[in-house]
Amino acid sequence: MDTLVAALRSLLPYDSVITDPVRLRTYECDGLTYHRATPAVVVLPDTAEQVARVVRLCNDFSVPFVARGSGTGLSGGALPREDGVLIVTSKMRAILEIDLDNRRAVVEPGVTNLAITEAVRDRGYYYAPDPSSQQVCSIGGNVAENSGGAHCLKYGFTVNHVEACEIVTPDGDLVTLDRMDPGYDLLGAFVGSEGTLGIATKITVRLSRAPQTVTTVLAAFESIEQGGQAVSAIIGAGIVPAAIEMMDALAIEAAEAAVACRYPEGAGAVLIVELDGPAAEVERQFAQLTEICSGAFELRVAADPAERAAIWKGRKSAFAAVGRISPAYIVQDGVVPRTSLPSVLAAIDRLSAEHGIRVANVFHAGDGNLHPLVLFDDAEPGAGERAEVVSGAILDLCIEHGGSITGEHGVGVDKSRYMPRMFSEADLDTMQLVRCAFDPRGLSNPGKVFPTPRLCGEAPGVRKGVHPLVESGKAEQF
Amino acid sequence: MLGATVREAGADDAVSGVKPRWVALPETVEEVAAVLRACAERDLAVVPAGGGTKLHWAPPPERCDVLLDMCCMNEILEHAAGDLVVRAQAGVTMDALATALADKGQELALDVPFAEGTTVGGTLATATAGPRAFRYGTARDLLIGITVVLPDGTIARSGGKVVKNVAGYDLGKLFTGSYGTLGVIAEATFRLHPLPADRRWITAELDRDELPPVAAALAASQAEPSAAEVDWPDPAGPLTLAVLVEGTAAESRAEALRGLVGKGALTGEPPPWWGLISNDDVLVEVRFPATGTRAVLDAVAGTGLSLRGSALSGRVLLESWGAIGEPALAAAVSAVRERVEGAGGRVSVLAAPYASIDRWGQVSGLPLMRRVKEQFDPGRRMSPGRFVGGI
Ligand SMILES: Cc1cc2nc3c(=O)[nH]c(=O)nc-3n(C[C@H](O)[C@H](O)[C@H](O)COP(=O)(O)OP(=O)(O)OC[C@H]3O[C@@H](n4cnc5c(N)ncnc54)[C@H](O)[C@@H]3O)c2cc1C
Ligand SMILES: Cc1cc2nc3c(=O)[nH]c(=O)nc-3n(C[C@H](O)[C@H](O)[C@H](O)COP(=O)(O)OP(=O)(O)OC[C@H]3O[C@@H](n4cnc5c(N)ncnc54)[C@H](O)[C@@H]3O)c2cc1C
Repeated sequence: MDTLVAALRSLLPYDSVITDPVRLRTYECDGLTYHRATPAVVVLPDTAEQVARVVRLCNDFSVPFVARGSGTGLSGGALPREDGVLIVTSKMRAILEIDLDNRRAVVEPGVTNLAITEAVRDRGYYYAPDPSSQQVCSIGGNVAENSGGAHCLKYGFTVNHVEACEIVTPDGDLVTLDRMDPGYDLLGAFVGSEGTLGIATKITVRLSRAPQTVTTVLAAFESIEQGGQAVSAIIGAGIVPAAIEMMDALAIEAAEAAVACRYPEGAGAVLIVELDGPAAEVERQFAQLTEICSGAFELRVAADPAERAAIWKGRKSAFAAVGRISPAYIVQDGVVPRTSLPSVLAAIDRLSAEHGIRVANVFHAGDGNLHPLVLFDDAEPGAGERAEVVSGAILDLCIEHGGSITGEHGVGVDKSRYMPRMFSEADLDTMQLVRCAFDPRGLSNPGKVFPTPRLCGEAPGVRKGVHPLVESGKAEQF
Repeated sequence: MLGATVREAGADDAVSGVKPRWVALPETVEEVAAVLRACAERDLAVVPAGGGTKLHWAPPPERCDVLLDMCCMNEILEHAAGDLVVRAQAGVTMDALATALADKGQELALDVPFAEGTTVGGTLATATAGPRAFRYGTARDLLIGITVVLPDGTIARSGGKVVKNVAGYDLGKLFTGSYGTLGVIAEATFRLHPLPADRRWITAELDRDELPPVAAALAASQAEPSAAEVDWPDPAGPLTLAVLVEGTAAESRAEALRGLVGKGALTGEPPPWWGLISNDDVLVEVRFPATGTRAVLDAVAGTGLSLRGSALSGRVLLESWGAIGEPALAAAVSAVRERVEGAGGRVSVLAAPYASIDRWGQVSGLPLMRRVKEQFDPGRRMSPGRFVGGI
């Protein structure tokens, strides 16, 4: 490691190579603070060429490396390796080109999601995917996680808005993956690969034209069932809103305690529905929506951006807000088909009662993407374990209903053990073929996403015990 | 033993002139797997086929022992209307799918010409896009889950049946547009859209020079067109632009867009050429950033090819009216490529009966693509030679 550090120092300016134990601690976890590891060394490159050289050095020394953007990930994807290099993109923050004629921008990976929108908002454009963390999360991290946001119901995820990526492959080559190129859609495979197929060093994103009109409606229902029915009815009517978000009573209570969002009192559920598009169309959809939500006991319509922000305020602060009503909590991220929402929410209720663990529900109802907040008191013996059980059982519910173990936060280290519940061994082995094509030595973010990947070149099949190559010290398993 | 029906191939089963020995007709995913396993054991090369409407696209296979005809895998497995999701076997025709979905007021928002016979699997494997890609994206954007069978018979799945899902690698993206060279697409799950409440077209004749500014204005318009197609049968003459508006207020939005075009007729039906091609014996796809429109028009003008395609999403198809010889086509393709590649665009020859044409032009990620092919198909048995770089 010392020789590697010396080599890194010869590549990068002195202050771009961190080995001081105190400073290294800054990088020991991402947004999922439950997993921690101190990296052997942290580098902060300025250019793609530097990233490539660092990766080549890692290859020379057979040392694993992990990319890190802003470290807001919630699945431990950017968790460092104690025996490896953490490559942080925070110095690569230039917006290289804004090309409104072609509706795109070329940016470095460390640029924050919101900075792109801010750069073009005045001219009537924006970058559509909007994770709640958009003020801080990096576009490189978004590409790696294929991030979504409240508006991906209508506009899709990161993968639908990325036109090209320059990447440093795990062997240290600079390669451009472009949607325009004929051939395999490697860009599509790279987006969402959580840093296991290389490091994005330059990203071309698509910019969207701001809609003519935005109408935001808050509908308060007595029960979560009524709210759920309204969601189905909206979709059933052929309306595709920009967003449909839902919060249950406990989540509302938390938001109220934290930011006094003044949602209607006594609501069992609130829906936030945002319609956007051409004015004439939004007007008609709004009339339909009012009809559909006739069972709501209160309906608020935001007349201007300030009122819209007031409606969103409770929803946007909900995650942080639960801290007000519970000393500790787990944020779960699972997906179910929209039509299963009522039965899954009822089952979550039962789980909650059975284990004496409160669960607050705040979620992207339009996509069936649940974010149950599993609340517990970490001072109470056994409570953390029970919360874990409930949290895991919720994922099983999602799988049972044909859903997914993650809708936006990714698998990371946190959920790799759940992958075999969702996918067969053959599915996982096949995904490894992609890994082996990009990263035959398994150096790029090893240990993430997949539980026990096989060695590249090894035929798929049932395996028991330690692989003989590993046992004999001839190969490493990643 | 295979379960699947296998018959001897006839002259009609040839793939771009390469005649297979057998045709296999599996009915289930397991049967596809059994056929591929058997082929692997005997080192037989396999070309999958859907409706056979595009089997002459891409270069001929280096070898082809078995044509894997997916026509018997024609079941719609699940249409969850409330979730706007459908799961279908690869051999389902796009027509049958559209009819079933329309019953519930929904659609898969891909425009597939030659709809007769065209299958889900073939549509994915070739993955070019029609008019409405501007609004809805292409096949890759609407596919949310896939079941594939690898050349060794492994059955693998990725994605699922929920739209929002980021667990694992997206094999669907890799197989979309892979021309049958990685394995067989057995089942696919798509996200759907409600059928638009209303549709209007604005059709206008423009001079070549008028198009680029009009297209830019349309793309930036908040009246949100779903598509804008150009038809330019004779590059010596004017072109026709047709703009589609879909949704609840289509009529008033179409009026607004007609204002941008400056002229044109408003109709409830598309022009007869909308989303079709007349002949795909020779077919060249040009993709380019929006500002490349003028360069593309200029480049096509002298080639003797005609042009049809999107004025908004930067994807047009060039056809030849009459017979075009090999040298003339090669010259036309390189002339267009020269203008377009510099501007970040790409030219692919999808179909041409000539061996010496450079079909794909510049491909940035080719070495990585080769590695992907080696991993998935180390024996080079799946449609060998049919794709970029001879993959
Ligand atoms: C309060 C809060 C709200 C959130 N809301 C949302 C939400 O609404 N939607 C959503 O999708 N997510 C959300 N997240 C999760 C997180 O913000 C996203 O996953 C985000 O994309 C992570 O970006 P980052 O720059 O922080 O990445 P990091 O946490 O630094 O890294 C995430 C992963 O990306 C990899 N990576 C980072 N940069 C690169 C690169 N240049 N090339 C290759 N790989 C790279 C890392 O190795 C790691 O695997 C939220 C998080 C928080 C804390
Ligand atoms: C003007 C125009 C517009 C178009 N618009 C669109 C559009 O909007 N959206 C769109 O998606 N397509 C579009 N296409 C593409 C076209 O519709 C498809 O190529 C067609 O659907 C192929 O279907 P098929 O079943 O006849 O395939 P075939 O001709 O049987 O096969 C085509 C290719 O796919 C391979 N293949 C077939 N089935 C499988 C399988 N199950 N697994 C693996 N490989 C397989 C074959 O080996 C062959 O290489 C357009 C084409 C044109 C010319």
